[in-house]
Amino acid sequence: MSTRVHDIAHARAGDKGNTSSVAVIAYDDAGYDRLRRHLTEARVMAAFAHLAKGPVARYEVPKLRALNFVIQQALAGGVTRSLRLDPHGKTMSSLMLTIELPED
Amino acid sequence: MTTRTGNGARVRIGVGAGMADDRVAPGVQLLQTSELDYLVCECLAERTIARETLNRRRSPELGYSPMLAERIRAFMPLCREKGVRLVSNMGAANPLGAARAARRHAAEAGVADLRCAAVIGDEVSDLLRSHPELQLMDARAPLESLLPRMASANAYLGADVVRDALATGAEAVLTGRVADPSLFLGVAMHHHGWSYDDLPMLAAGTMTGHLLECSVQVTGGYFADPGRKDVPRLAELAYPFADVGADGSIEIGKPAGSGGRLDRLTCTEQALYEIHDPARYITPDCVLDVTGLSFEELGPDRVRVRGPRAAPRTDTLKVVVGYADGWIGSGEVAYAGIHAVERARLAAELVQERFRLEGGKADEIQIDLIGMTALHGDTGRPQDRPEPYEVRLRVAARCPDRKSADLIGDHVRQLNMQGPYAAGGPVNLGPREVIAVDAVLIPRAWVKPEIVVVDKDAA
Repeated sequence: MSTRVHDIAHARAGDKGNTSSVAVIAYDDAGYDRLRRHLTEARVMAAFAHLAKGPVARYEVPKLRALNFVIQQALAGGVTRSLRLDPHGKTMSSLMLTIELPED
Repeated sequence: MTTRTGNGARVRIGVGAGMADDRVAPGVQLLQTSELDYLVCECLAERTIARETLNRRRSPELGYSPMLAERIRAFMPLCREKGVRLVSNMGAANPLGAARAARRHAAEAGVADLRCAAVIGDEVSDLLRSHPELQLMDARAPLESLLPRMASANAYLGADVVRDALATGAEAVLTGRVADPSLFLGVAMHHHGWSYDDLPMLAAGTMTGHLLECSVQVTGGYFADPGRKDVPRLAELAYPFADVGADGSIEIGKPAGSGGRLDRLTCTEQALYEIHDPARYITPDCVLDVTGLSFEELGPDRVRVRGPRAAPRTDTLKVVVGYADGWIGSGEVAYAGIHAVERARLAAELVQERFRLEGGKADEIQIDLIGMTALHGDTGRPQDRPEPYEVRLRVAARCPDRKSADLIGDHVRQLNMQGPYAAGGPVNLGPREVIAVDAVLIPRAWVKPEIVVVDKDAA
């Protein structure tokens, strides 16, 4: 059975200018280990490729069991000029949680 | 719980707002129940000042936060009664006007002779006009390219202006652009006598501000995922407060028995919110490092925060530049049943063609199928986005002129008769003037903030 990020983590999205940042936080240590190995910058970029030009940077915060993703050129020009229904990209977190992770 | 005077004690800072149109009642609840020393209202999004700058041009006495009157009337009587001092960036594009208005509204609410301090000097548009070579952070182009369309330019000031404004003895401090966490750090610096040499204290005050600046986002707002992450009594979400010790200790709390949720999970989400590199979150006051952070749940409404670190502040300040960027128009219409999505797609095509035939001008047109591709986009793989039973079409366009922005919405509005059969609820959502923002960095020394005490009514 495949695992989605939603099965092992929660997430929150924020915006600054044309950049989206999405924190992904594992519920436990095993989940964090799995995120760290499989939720790579490349996998995230692939999931967001139709929405964002990138690049994607990933920061690890092991004490909080969290990965922080910073996705550049992700908000169609930024909150104030985007034509999108969700100009802030608040729903980016729920897209992140749909990503499927490979089996170990 | 809290001592109101002096060093060695802890100061209790409550939140009265985390955005311009945030709810007022939870701020009143905090004032009534939680023995606050200070109430901080954060009310400025990135683009708010640009919009208020335009308002001030139309009406010189305006340009401050539209909800200032309501907040002052609701909060100041309790603040005066309980000795709570108010700090807010509700001054927006007109802190002095905000201070005068606050005195007037306070008086009408029974709080005579409110002593206000206004912080001015964040406005730097004249300065920027003489530096067209500055680089725009988002556009990655010289500032010169948008100078003719520049509507506002405001530097993010730091905690020192809040500290200095409180030192005047003001009951209410009203600022323009001050970095959100700095509003809170400034209170702690004033109360505890901290200086810019105390890096662990700057870390504590900035961390506190970062956790609190979005009000309910640390107490269960922006969090619920039914069955996975439930929030009790979500309708009654309470605002948070923090106890900040003179030694830099931090505890986040909310009123005993109040609605919402405050725990390790809510704090972790907010700690990482909108920071990029967690080891280098740059504010005007310090460079915050949250990688050593930990949260300890002391009770249902109380979390201890440990481990923030800070490096010294940088030599630059960030300036948000607002500029006119044309008009956005949009309209929506819905389809259901057999071939609903095909009809929506046909409607989208004819709206665009008709818009062109009638001379509409657009730099960019966005077609959304709400219920299918409007939020997470279209990956181009049909298996990712199965067709729904019902769909709402949204057409939005960025246009150089108001007329075109209105035209695109009109064509969607007219789809009940002029498009495919069975079009539900067509609407033109109307043209909206776009104030876009970008940012530049400038040397800190260029900015000269001032504190103005406003304790008399204007003649």
